[in-house]
Amino acid sequence: MAINPEFIGRTYPPTQSYSVGREKIREFASALGETSPCFFNLDSARQLGYPDLVAPPTFAVVATMKAGEQVVFDPELALDYTRVVHGEQRFVQHRPIFAGDELTSTVSVDSIRSAAGNDMITVKTQLHSTGGELVSTVYSLLVSRGVEEVS
Amino acid sequence: MTTVSFSQVHVGLELPPQEFVFTRADLIRYAGASGDFNVIHWSERVAKEVGLPSVIAHGMLTMGTVIRVVTDWLGDPGKVLEYSARFTRPIPVPDTSEGATIKVSAKVSELLENNQAVIAISAIHNDVTVLAKTVATVQLEP
Repeated sequence: MAINPEFIGRTYPPTQSYSVGREKIREFASALGETSPCFFNLDSARQLGYPDLVAPPTFAVVATMKAGEQVVFDPELALDYTRVVHGEQRFVQHRPIFAGDELTSTVSVDSIRSAAGNDMITVKTQLHSTGGELVSTVYSLLVSRGVEEVS
Repeated sequence: MTTVSFSQVHVGLELPPQEFVFTRADLIRYAGASGDFNVIHWSERVAKEVGLPSVIAHGMLTMGTVIRVVTDWLGDPGKVLEYSARFTRPIPVPDTSEGATIKVSAKVSELLENNQAVIAISAIHNDVTVLAKTVATVQLEP
């Protein structure tokens, strides 16, 4: 069933802030097989001019995971999570994410379209620091694969 | 750790290619680290029920891994200003010790103002492109 395009522009309330921890950065970097010392070692990060451990370029997915669930599990949108695949992803880093950041996610539905029986929904998430600075803007295209019709 | 200066790069410059391997253990580890516990990334039963060939790698595991070709070259992962990818084909990860191998290459596709460059990344698994339109904009040194 196609998603109602009236959901375009729907904006969810900002989430509780996500605290970026050093161990989470280390754990996430390890899960990506990273070996660059600036993810693990404070001195190495500081040598690059950063205030604390720097997060890998895709770390925003961790900080926005809960926020994205607002859309995925929105009963009015009624997406079938087991049929949802990730179509596209785009990160705009206004500055890197560092350990010690407190980040709030504000999620909105950027676009909705249907093609070949699949629904495609682009979710936009803006990550702000507690000081109100825009740190990252993340766009995720979710594809809800259509159920094959029996004719 | 050295960083790359703008004067050193030109359109067409190839970055050192790398190969990455995903096993089931890598998928479990990424699920835990990222918080993405979608069943299709760890249950063969559910993956097949929804029409997938097998458990598949998280698109974000692939995307997060292949950018290492750029950040290892840059020497500073904080200099990635934009990064986007389209997940064109799933990567089935068999329950074997060999897992699935992804071959990644990248080259400079465009030079921008303010010492920025656009890097186009190619990710191939079993001769098939698994990520399309995979592009990173990076900040280089003057």
